[in-house]
Amino acid sequence: MLDLGCGDGELLSRLINEKQVHAQGIELSETAIHQCVAQGLSVFQQDIDTGLSEYAANSFDYVILNQTLQQIKKPDFALKEALRVGKKVIVGFPNFVQASARFQIFFKGRVPVTKALPYEWYNTPNLHFLGIADFKEYCKKRDIHIEDAAFIRKGGKVTLFPNMFAEIGLFLLS
Amino acid sequence: MVLESGEKLGPVTLAYETYGELNAHKSNVILVLHALSGDAHATGANGWWGSLIGPSKGLDTNKYFVICSNVIGGCRGSTGPASTNPKTGKPYGTYFPLITIGDMVHAQTHLIDHLGIEKLLAVIGGSMGGMQVLQWMVAYPERTQSAIPIATTLKHTPQQIAFNEVGRQAIIADPDWKNGHYYGSAVPAKGLAVARMIGHITYMSDASMAEKFGRRVREDKEPFKFGAEFEVEGYLQYQGDNFVKRFDANSYLYITKAIDYFNILNGNKNLANLFKGLKAKVLVIAFKSDWLYPSYQSQDIVKACKLAGVDTTYCEINSTYGHDAFLLETEQETQLIKHFLNTVSNNHDGGA
Repeated sequence: MLDLGCGDGELLSRLINEKQVHAQGIELSETAIHQCVAQGLSVFQQDIDTGLSEYAANSFDYVILNQTLQQIKKPDFALKEALRVGKKVIVGFPNFVQASARFQIFFKGRVPVTKALPYEWYNTPNLHFLGIADFKEYCKKRDIHIEDAAFIRKGGKVTLFPNMFAEIGLFLLS
Repeated sequence: MVLESGEKLGPVTLAYETYGELNAHKSNVILVLHALSGDAHATGANGWWGSLIGPSKGLDTNKYFVICSNVIGGCRGSTGPASTNPKTGKPYGTYFPLITIGDMVHAQTHLIDHLGIEKLLAVIGGSMGGMQVLQWMVAYPERTQSAIPIATTLKHTPQQIAFNEVGRQAIIADPDWKNGHYYGSAVPAKGLAVARMIGHITYMSDASMAEKFGRRVREDKEPFKFGAEFEVEGYLQYQGDNFVKRFDANSYLYITKAIDYFNILNGNKNLANLFKGLKAKVLVIAFKSDWLYPSYQSQDIVKACKLAGVDTTYCEINSTYGHDAFLLETEQETQLIKHFLNTVSNNHDGGA
């Protein structure tokens, strides 16, 4: 597995310890790299926006983009690269058009700050704002096959109107 | 020994130091390799990597048996141009054969054999030491269980060769050099000092020089017009003059040439097959302000590792020290190396 934007390596080390997968990560932050190395993880300090040219097609069973897509400069390019080097890609992102965000925009006239999106406009690391419906439409346009999807909010899964109620969207792509 | 050039060199002396204790299984050995002007004295009084090697340090001598090997061609106890040529009974001078990084590492394998050690838990070094690490990975992969190349490159680039050439020309232009046969008379001190000054400029960064010297002027300014006036001038002159006391000009010529020849991709090798089959775990470290060995060169090493499916970690340490950072940013290096070595030694304890 390859975790793009693996942060402090929490997910990576759980995957390795609990699921015994062979996994590595890519992360831009030097501090996060130090945290990963401290856990014995194999990680590369690299900007995902520069691509994954050193990997051959289908080098990985799974490529993970967990809470990464919305923070990189070229998500379109990164996803394309992820789909090239991975047989399957797992994408997780915050649903920016979830109900409480809509409420804040519509009734308060404010840029939303929610539990899933805790940042103010001036300190957010997020560069791209998308909802679950946006992502589905994007996949259709790019001919990306959605094998499975799960929608989550605090308390569990969302089955009804995920674009409205889910805080996080998870997709399995191929 | 037979050199890569086909010439023979012998007898060969190789200077080395060891720190810590070799364990019963001989499985705790770390080989440390030095840069252009280094020597076997890596730690202890005035050791060049004292902040990284020692009890509870990055290379923990309570746990590991650390060997630091000098290089052939050098002048710090190993066979080099200042050694006596057994054929003539006089110092080799420029009759000494040209050597390569491959030859240096080949000589080190004899040292490791001599110590009765089969496998190295880790091979580590910065700059030219990093080139030797890469050479170990490629030439002796079965003996290398992990590798830490720092601030180094797969091949020397024209810019890097150019700086070395200016240094060499400074030595050669010194009338005391006498085609390299100056032993027993005055040494080409001025030429070697200038070579070292150029080297020092390339080891620092714009920011580290600005911080260290600014435009400050020396209080003990020399009385003539072009004496050292700015602090940076005084520093370079001091470093140059000091270097002459401990280094041989011919060794400088031979070693810089070996560095310039270095291209691990020589022969049929390309980035994709360079590390094929290598089982070692690799930690590559670069420094942001290093313009002599820029981080893209370390990223090429990482790329080759990735292409070969080698278990690799890469970190680019944020430092303003320039190339010298590999000797100075030891706090950051310690964090990375300590944890990396823990993972490696746990793997080999469990797996072996």
